[in-house]
Amino acid sequence: MDPLEAIKATFFQECDELLADLESGLLELENGSGDIETVNAVFRAVHSVKGGAGAFGLEPLVRFAHVFETTLDAMRSGALATEPAAVKVMLRAADVLADHVSAARGQGVVDEAASARLAAELKALCSGEAPPGADEEIVIVDEALDDDGFGDFDFTPVLVEIEEPAPAGWRVTFKPSRAMYAKANETALLLRELERLGPCKTTLHTDDLPDFDAVDPEEAYFTWSIEVQTDQGEAAVREVFEFVEDDCVITVDPPVADAMSLPDLPTLETLEDEAQPRAAAAETLDVGMDVQALLQRAQAAVAEVNAVAAPVASAKPAATPAPAPAAAALHADAGDAKSAAAGTTIRVDLERVDRLIDLVGELVINQAMLAQRVAESGLARSSTVSVGLEDLEHLTREIQDSVMAIRAQPVKSVFQRMPRLVREVAAMVEKQVRLTTEGENTEVDKTVIERLSDPITHMIRNAIDHGVEKPATRIAAGKPAEGTVKLCALHRSGRIVIEVSDDGAGINRERVKQIAMDKGLIAADATLTDEETDNLIFLPGFSTATVVSDISGRGVGMDVVRRQVQALGGRISITSVPGKGSTFTLSLPLTLAVLDGMVVGVSGHTLVTPLTAIIETLQPKPQEVRLLGPSGAVLAVRDSYVPLVDVAAVLGYRQEPTDWTKGVVLLVESEVGGRAALLVDAIQGQRQVVIKSLEANYQRVEGIAAATILGDGRVALILDVDALISVRRKDARRPAASPQRLPLAS
Amino acid sequence: MTELQQKAIQGRRRELISFRIGPQEFCVDIMSVREIRGWTMATPLPQSPDYVRGVINLRGAVLPILDLAARLDLGETETTARSVIIVTHIGPRLVGLLVDAVSDILTITEDQVQPTPDIACDTVREFIRGLLAIEGRMISWIALERVMPEMEAEAA
Repeated sequence: MDPLEAIKATFFQECDELLADLESGLLELENGSGDIETVNAVFRAVHSVKGGAGAFGLEPLVRFAHVFETTLDAMRSGALATEPAAVKVMLRAADVLADHVSAARGQGVVDEAASARLAAELKALCSGEAPPGADEEIVIVDEALDDDGFGDFDFTPVLVEIEEPAPAGWRVTFKPSRAMYAKANETALLLRELERLGPCKTTLHTDDLPDFDAVDPEEAYFTWSIEVQTDQGEAAVREVFEFVEDDCVITVDPPVADAMSLPDLPTLETLEDEAQPRAAAAETLDVGMDVQALLQRAQAAVAEVNAVAAPVASAKPAATPAPAPAAAALHADAGDAKSAAAGTTIRVDLERVDRLIDLVGELVINQAMLAQRVAESGLARSSTVSVGLEDLEHLTREIQDSVMAIRAQPVKSVFQRMPRLVREVAAMVEKQVRLTTEGENTEVDKTVIERLSDPITHMIRNAIDHGVEKPATRIAAGKPAEGTVKLCALHRSGRIVIEVSDDGAGINRERVKQIAMDKGLIAADATLTDEETDNLIFLPGFSTATVVSDISGRGVGMDVVRRQVQALGGRISITSVPGKGSTFTLSLPLTLAVLDGMVVGVSGHTLVTPLTAIIETLQPKPQEVRLLGPSGAVLAVRDSYVPLVDVAAVLGYRQEPTDWTKGVVLLVESEVGGRAALLVDAIQGQRQVVIKSLEANYQRVEGIAAATILGDGRVALILDVDALISVRRKDARRPAASPQRLPLAS
Repeated sequence: MTELQQKAIQGRRRELISFRIGPQEFCVDIMSVREIRGWTMATPLPQSPDYVRGVINLRGAVLPILDLAARLDLGETETTARSVIIVTHIGPRLVGLLVDAVSDILTITEDQVQPTPDIACDTVREFIRGLLAIEGRMISWIALERVMPEMEAEAA
């Protein structure tokens, strides 16, 4: 990949995170739990998006981000209150910003009118309450945008990480607590250690020392402040105090800046005179192309990010001989904070993790085989070899669990997309809806995360469109005008459960039943329990909306959702209380990398059937098997006839005609709802198997969903129940033709 | 990078691994060989061509095994304890080739490769890139990219 493209890809990745931060920050502000730090975080997110976009010349994105940023800046400076109305506008602005990012990425287009409208709204927010001059700010930056030579330096967040000039010193204040001394720590030793970093100027503050008669001999009263001259980073300074950091108050600050006294930084002075030093900082530094100047621009831009601190730092006159300019110190500060955050997580190519999982899987199998060999060799159980093997087994299991945990991710990434959806859908159907989420840190395998979004989106749309009533109706029913949709994730017995509940009207069972009858989905005289009635909405072809709405419809109904969920080995159901609301419950396996399967033998071969497809297993009695046509047969299961599928014949393991009454039958239900009875020779047991793709090195095989590796190291095939049923149908229609490739049941 | 450098130094030199199927000798480019392992029973795949022996477990990956003899219309390989699977990269895939035995590593230059003569039947011409005469032996260079079964259109 072209290096610039690679950087751009990274930028967009960062954008996703920044947009997520932005949204969660705004939501915090909306529900009142945010503070000035939240505002700062939100501002930084928008600013970083703008900065990066500037570097790539993504003009529309920059323009919108800039207006947004200006408004946020007003909020940050306190000129604009963080009141719900303003935050609501910003939430919508965040949506538009996300659209701009997608558009810049080449995915989707921006609704220009909406974008302009929001920009105007933001400006109005800003100019209504912001200090005069906000408009000038916009002009300044717009000019700077045309300045190609410097455009790159808008991408300050990256520069911060790459160039990180060490600060030339630190101002440390150190106030030990009583506990520190109680643990036999000694201030003198710490100060001596600190001196190793560079010359120190130490001042002892005794202000807290009480009168003599009030002195507690074991109490700590002193505070030290030390100016240390060093080219080491903050981390090195902190490291000195590492062992006592819990028992003392310690601050490490850049030295009080003497930036203005440095002749090569005259521009900071100019900044002081600017009406908007922060936004203007990066743009007005017109100092040519030499490296020093570029560095300054970068630093000044960082100062902008740290705007709260910058004026303070530069306003104070030089107090220490430390040679570091204020901006540089702040610069390093920001860098440290960033690298600290980066230290806790890393990005890893998923392929590497998968490779690791494969290897660990192999290790487990190998270990099992080794154990078997040792057992066969007749060694005593108590022998050192056997004991060592047990330890090995323990370790391998632990490794396997840890490796699987690497792929686990909180469902947060999916949940985060939902507030926007709720806003949009609610606006479209003119309802007031509040979304609350719970358990967003619930972890689930990455493979599942990717597939969660669709069903959740559907369930939420449905809850708003069909569940929550219009405000007037709600008030009439004695409920608050604003409806609540609750999205909740939790672990339950080895599965992840997602619940979407609303406090709406609940399911109108009479109507649902009527529709089902009208559409011929149920018999006119069918008696159904409430639960059965509720779940009628999952039937194919069922849609209660008389007009196919754009919201929950989009051409697909809940049956599609159910099919998607079942394809993942999951279940979905709904419970409803009239007048109180309904709850969709979605349960999925924690990972798609493993599957609960029933291991069966079919004419000498070992096969795995997904457990989710199996309704029951039974031993057919001769009188229950009825021949139908030349080669077909059906099985009578409680008064209904289910087609019998001879697995061995369908897969070509056996040519001779089948004795239908020998063997065992698995009664399976396909994802599309059809039932069939699969005839196999014997059931060998039930176990969890790791799913391996056949397509990776070969190609799709009809009737086979995937492969797995059994405990003995052999490959076993996993049956594709849906395909098996369709193969049988096809064969019946065209007995001579070789079966055609089936579409993937997705 | 080193590979490029080596190529620059060696000009058009190639290293090949030769192996036996019955009395005949064949070879493949050593760069496409990942490893060579002993024969293990493969799990047969339903509805696959007769030269697809099935799949085996290669350290956690599912590896299809092609019976090269059957693919070249030389009859099915009788597997013995000495039968060998050559694990090769074919495009993005890893595929095992079942052969009777691995015999040699050859260093050749491209100009030693002779075109397949016209008398050969279509199957042979399809799968053989060319012939090599090494110390009086005739070795056929297999066109690996052709031995996989016709891949179905990768729809999704």
